[in-house]
Amino acid sequence: MSVKPRIKLDKKEAKKGELVEVKALVSHVMESGQRKDSAGNTIPRKILNKFVCTVNGKEVFSADFEPAISANPYIQFKFKAQESGPVVLTWVDDDGSKIVGEEKITVI
Amino acid sequence: MKLSFDRRQVLTMGVGAAAAAAFGLPVTPAFAKNDAEEVISKFTGGKKPADGKVKLDLPEIAENGNTVPMTVSVESPMTEQSYVTDVLVVTDENPRAGVATFHFSPASGVAEANTRIRLAATQNVIAVAKMNDGSFFTAKKLVKVTIGGCGG
Repeated sequence: MSVKPRIKLDKKEAKKGELVEVKALVSHVMESGQRKDSAGNTIPRKILNKFVCTVNGKEVFSADFEPAISANPYIQFKFKAQESGPVVLTWVDDDGSKIVGEEKITVI
Repeated sequence: MKLSFDRRQVLTMGVGAAAAAAFGLPVTPAFAKNDAEEVISKFTGGKKPADGKVKLDLPEIAENGNTVPMTVSVESPMTEQSYVTDVLVVTDENPRAGVATFHFSPASGVAEANTRIRLAATQNVIAVAKMNDGSFFTAKKLVKVTIGGCGG
């Protein structure tokens, strides 16, 4: 699946120790496994169950999602700027596939 | 779960119990709709979380239960000595209690996360925060839902 997440950092450059806010939105059905189709069969669960954000290879924030997370999941969090490097956001699907997005932060 | 009821809850429970008795249904406590209790006690290892430090920001009334914006934040200096490790969010009337678990570290700088959640009906959203010293804090917020968000 070639979904491109939309990621926004509130600043491209930050002073060391400053907080950087990350907002990210990804297109995904987040099928809860509770719904039924018109024939009455349960639609199998298919959600993004894990989210990880690393900055320069170090994990700064992660989350486990349950079916109660809305479709097209949105996530907003902050991290403390320590060193310049790539900000990599990864979502893991129930089927094992991954959605990855990347931004950059420069520490001045 | 705090075992103190206000007047309204006691009244509702009384009516519920009376209705259940009238229809011959088993009487279940008002807070045991799903596995919220088990999920929380598994997270805390059986410890009872204290009130405070956690802030849950949700609308009082959600018109559409399919996407309800939720912000959870925990008061903490977020230093190597004292920080929030995990925050569990559950609901007490969705088909399954779990909503999300957020994992923080001192590198997070602040224990705060925002996402959008599904609520099947009017219910409580409960957040439980785990600190690095093994203590737990909790907060609860009631959200009124006009249109449920779990399909069906």
